Amino acid sequence: MIVKYFSWIRENIGQAEETLSLPDTVKTVADLLDYLSKSSEGHAAALDVRGLVRVAVNQIHVQHDHALSADDEIAIFPPVTGG
Amino acid sequence: MAYVSVQTDDFDLNAEVACIRAGNQDIGAVVSFIGTVRDIDGSLRSMTLEHYPGMTEQELERIANEAEKRWPLIGCRIIHRFGTLKPADNIVLVITASRHRSAAFEAADFLMDFLKSNAPFWKKETTAGKEQWVEAKAADEQALERWNS
Repeated sequence: MIVKYFSWIRENIGQAEETLSLPDTVKTVADLLDYLSKSSEGHAAALDVRGLVRVAVNQIHVQHDHALSADDEIAIFPPVTGG
Repeated sequence: MAYVSVQTDDFDLNAEVACIRAGNQDIGAVVSFIGTVRDIDGSLRSMTLEHYPGMTEQELERIANEAEKRWPLIGCRIIHRFGTLKPADNIVLVITASRHRSAAFEAADFLMDFLKSNAPFWKKETTAGKEQWVEAKAADEQALERWNS
């Protein structure tokens, strides 16, 4: 699974993208966020306030209860500020 | 069919309006909106826009398709810039064209509301010696609610 990060979430984590093999216990976006939060202090800081964490799966916005598949492209980012 | 472009280059309003009008003599109304880099107190040096290549274009197309379902548009163009911009530079252009003005006005308003809350762009402001990500406004999310009725 590819996970991409943007904006200050990318900066806190310290990388733009990582490829992960997830344990079977990670079934939803919320599970993934919990799993990632434990992987480093940067991840924990970036994902600390879940209300500021937006997620896209295969380039479509989803809610945190969305179910994941092994070959999904995940993107994790703060609320958008374009326009 | 909507035209969507995500680009570093600036855009020319007259040229884009000409594109939307070309070959469409049934157009009676063209509405355009330009969003620009604002410097309220003279401290802004630059603004850098990051985006999610691939999703950004798809999301803008989804928003444009939704507008075309809701209003009888003859043309629809969305151009959004990314990269580093200076105060007063253009950021975004939305143009809508229809037979009558109400559809063009409403669709342009709708496009900007959904673009602000859904298109994956993030702004970072650079002032003297300081960089800061722009925070999303709750008012932008609330603006979507009026289109749900």
